[in-house]
Amino acid sequence: MLTITQALYDRIVAHARADHPDEACGVVAGPAGSDRPERFVPMLNAARSPTFYEFDSTDLLKLYREMDDRDEEPVVIYHSHTATEAYPSRTDVSYAGEPGAHYVLVSTADGDGAGPFQFRSFRIVEGEITEEDVTVVEAY
Amino acid sequence: MAIEVRIPTILRTYTDGRKAVEGSGATLDELFKDLETRHAGIRERLVDESGELRRFVNVYLNDEDVRFLAGITTELGDGDSVTILPAVAGGMA
Repeated sequence: MLTITQALYDRIVAHARADHPDEACGVVAGPAGSDRPERFVPMLNAARSPTFYEFDSTDLLKLYREMDDRDEEPVVIYHSHTATEAYPSRTDVSYAGEPGAHYVLVSTADGDGAGPFQFRSFRIVEGEITEEDVTVVEAY
Repeated sequence: MAIEVRIPTILRTYTDGRKAVEGSGATLDELFKDLETRHAGIRERLVDESGELRRFVNVYLNDEDVRFLAGITTELGDGDSVTILPAVAGGMA
């Protein structure tokens, strides 16, 4: 299960909405071993594409060094799908390299003021997708 | 020639959980072959059948992505540090 604050949830959705029609991506880092997302780190989608996202490789190194220095992990790795549902694609699964992370997908497919945004969380371990509940709290 | 290699979480199963190991080699290719002798299975995760770096990993020599250097043939020197990270990527396509 992913437990996340309303404030972080809102920031992820706002980022996905702001970058639409391109895919948005980022990380919420947290203390190593805590499973608690705390530090919101929006990343640039180096692919600048409506169908693909990739962290810029220089930014990626900087992010991991920073997390290492602060004894953090990428607790949440999020990205948006702009025209399809919030479910991991085959591409997402083939790239999923953090078995300890919650992979959050936000769909902005109906982002023109229509229904609510889809916000779903998954574990992706050795090619296997497991959806999990998302609990939104005011504070930890 | 000692080169420090920083290992990402997903590959620590090959290094007994260690975050960094030492290796040697005049090029990245040689370094990965050297690592394979002590950490069996790790090379296949880094290099594809044709001997090129896999798309799913980013490898850095000190602060530089080796794709902007000479890729798998990038030359290494004593005291260099190599960092391996999983690419964070995906998408609808």
